[in-house]
Amino acid sequence: MPARLKAVSVRLAQAVPVIFGVIVISFLLTRALPGDPAVQFAGPAATAESIEEVRRALGLDKSLPEQFLLYLGQLARGDLGQSVSTGQPVLSELAARLPASLELTLFALILSCAVAIPLGVLAATRPGSLVDQLCRILVTAGVSLPTFFTGVVLIYVFYYLLGIAPSPLGRLDFIYLDPPHVTGFFLIDAALDGDAETWFAALKQLILPGLTLALFTLAPIARMTRAAMLSALSADYIRTARAAGLDRNKILYGYAFRNALLPVVTTLGMVFSFTLGANVLVEKVFAWPGIGSYAVEALVVSDYAAVQGFVLAMALLFVLLNLVIDLAYSAIDPRFGTSAR
Amino acid sequence: MTTTRRTFLKTGAALTAMPFIHTLPAMAAGRDTLVAVTAQTINSLDLHRTGTNRASYAVAINCYDRLVTFGTKEAPGGGLSYDYSTIEPELAESWEISEDGLTLTFTLKDALFQDGSPVTAEDVKWSFDRAVSVGGFPTTQMKAGGLERPDQFEARDAKTFVVKLDRPSKLSLPDLAVPVPFIINSKLALEHATAEDPWAMEYLHKNTIGSGAFKVIRWDAGQQVVYERFDGWAGGPLPAVSRVIMREVPSASTQRALIERGDVQVAFGIPDKDAAELAEKMTVYSTPIENCINCLCMNTNFEPFQDPNVRKAVAYAVPYEAIFQAAAYGRGAPTWGGTAEIEDTAWPRKSPYDTDLDKAKDLMAASGFPEGFSTTLSISTDLSSWMEPAALLIQEAVAKIGIETQIEKIPGANWRTASLVEKKLPFHLENFGGWLNTPDYYFFWAYQKDHLFNSSNYYNEEVERLTDETLHMAMDDPDYAPKIKRMFEIVFEDLPRVPLWQPALNTAVNGAAGYEFWFHRQLDIRTLSPAGA
Repeated sequence: MPARLKAVSVRLAQAVPVIFGVIVISFLLTRALPGDPAVQFAGPAATAESIEEVRRALGLDKSLPEQFLLYLGQLARGDLGQSVSTGQPVLSELAARLPASLELTLFALILSCAVAIPLGVLAATRPGSLVDQLCRILVTAGVSLPTFFTGVVLIYVFYYLLGIAPSPLGRLDFIYLDPPHVTGFFLIDAALDGDAETWFAALKQLILPGLTLALFTLAPIARMTRAAMLSALSADYIRTARAAGLDRNKILYGYAFRNALLPVVTTLGMVFSFTLGANVLVEKVFAWPGIGSYAVEALVVSDYAAVQGFVLAMALLFVLLNLVIDLAYSAIDPRFGTSAR
Repeated sequence: MTTTRRTFLKTGAALTAMPFIHTLPAMAAGRDTLVAVTAQTINSLDLHRTGTNRASYAVAINCYDRLVTFGTKEAPGGGLSYDYSTIEPELAESWEISEDGLTLTFTLKDALFQDGSPVTAEDVKWSFDRAVSVGGFPTTQMKAGGLERPDQFEARDAKTFVVKLDRPSKLSLPDLAVPVPFIINSKLALEHATAEDPWAMEYLHKNTIGSGAFKVIRWDAGQQVVYERFDGWAGGPLPAVSRVIMREVPSASTQRALIERGDVQVAFGIPDKDAAELAEKMTVYSTPIENCINCLCMNTNFEPFQDPNVRKAVAYAVPYEAIFQAAAYGRGAPTWGGTAEIEDTAWPRKSPYDTDLDKAKDLMAASGFPEGFSTTLSISTDLSSWMEPAALLIQEAVAKIGIETQIEKIPGANWRTASLVEKKLPFHLENFGGWLNTPDYYFFWAYQKDHLFNSSNYYNEEVERLTDETLHMAMDDPDYAPKIKRMFEIVFEDLPRVPLWQPALNTAVNGAAGYEFWFHRQLDIRTLSPAGA
């Protein structure tokens, strides 16, 4: 354990220069945007004078180095600044929106893993069979259907036509109130609060957007599972195990699957990151107050603080994610010693 | 917000029964609660704050009062509209304008703020001082009515408030009815003011402390605003509903599903396409926006567009009807094919141009560019729902007269910077709309040199002079109409902006009544009622 702990802290220390780089680059890139926030936020009727007033109010009349130092000072105090376009502190907005996105993404990934991994394993053990064909169809459909399309179709069928899904109005219908904030994950918070009514309401809101994203993420996971299982099953050690007359399940799950898991976990990490970034469209369709739409809107109106806060939060998240994936590697395959890296 | 989970559940009788019902069907919403959806997001409860967006003006309208408001009239295309020509009392009981037009004396009603304290002339003065002092948009809008400095406002006694103008202007009284000069509970605000924040911007950002018909009891940024009626409202007839939930739903198709199912009663500001299709199923109000025109602009800083024949050729080449159908789905009002003779001062009005390719070709041949030229046609991605189809049709049409165009899409803040501030786009679309509904006010912003919406860099000495002369002149002045007609003539001849059509604001209702169009293009919930009530 101490070795692992040391490896974790070394990894975290290595992340510090990366994060600093991200801070500098996000600061410079936002300033390089051609849009002028003072113009954007000067309101429907503006004069050169009122635009200057807004520029002063936003602190953008100062020189770049000065602005950067102020920004660093803010960061040191744990303040990510104030978003002009939403009128809220960036930190509180991220704290509210990141869990919303994470809850949706994780829910979708669990859903898609629950389908994709067994499907991939079955397809690999019976290549060319019906299950294999089904897997192929699902994978093709998942890749070729854009998420906003799937989302709109699901709303049309399950909400509009059948009326069995709740109104696609974000994380909770307006008749419910947010559960007391602990983690920001409504399912967890409502469970902690012992509020079954809200828990079910939150779950229901999750199902359609979750399905939409799950369909989208199904493809890479199922395909990777199938391919990894196929190559594992044709490996020498499986032939040896079979020759030794080991139990079929032991071979399949004890040896082949465990070895096939490594590439699947890698894919999972990648899928997680692009899903979190790419679910803007799903968020729009389901009025989900997530982080993707926040970032895109902030970028469009040149809302510097919000964009920088988003980039920083994402950088931190990915440092953590990579760490978790590496730890998962070493748990799956002991040959991946953590001390070496 | 002081509303806790429990008090919120306790307050609305209609809502307490709800948590056991899965969805909220239209009728079960009760005659007490209305749900409205909009794609816009509110970013502050205080209009005066730097960066407050348009959607947030709704809070100033519904939760605060002004001294005066506009009357109501039948809107073209059905429903009701505000009436620019009649000014009615809101917080002021009556007012007098002095003989020289320089002093406006208001007598206040016996009104109460939502915390129970009386509204006094001191509060009005503080609120007006705030609007002219904070800078940015509110200050600019106040200036349009000649309200520039705190020393122009005087609280003569508790019930008498006086405005002194530097010059008489027809825009001053209407400018008091726009959302900006709303009246704030100054005692309460001052309790939360600090040395760095003398105008209590931080407190008003998150709290509504007015005397208006509603108060915001809950604001979940990016999700919803919940309004609750203030039963002591003195500004007008008490609203029929006690609670309105304004929910933010960015996707138009989701909004449509919700309103068609009847789970929400109002879908505000929907795209033209959805309005046209929903109109077959429910009531859709498409009100042409007063004093607003979607225009094709030609920048006079670019050489080919300095040639009057080129500008006219473009105006004759534009396929107006096709654009109106493809980009606006026929919602709004046409602004082409008018008579050459200008007989009245109506604005927006039909320009004397119509699609006539032969004429366009002749004009091109007579211009300095008989071989044509190439340029870029710029549009905003934020407004692409109408700009993109319009631009494609224009691109195709002007190609026939030898003008090769490339369409350039510019996102968000870049658009405003490039088109309105730097004014560097040679050929582009633009859609200014003036709050104050007079032609001279439109000319002030869109045709006068260096003003924000004059994205064509247009300059004409006579237009400058006539606009300055008419801007504050009474509309019944015998000189007014001739001058305005002359201004129309000049800009239709010079054509820095080719009017395409007057756009509409679309609102679908399913289970609600009493919708009224307002120039500020936000939802006034004070007149709404459940359908049939």
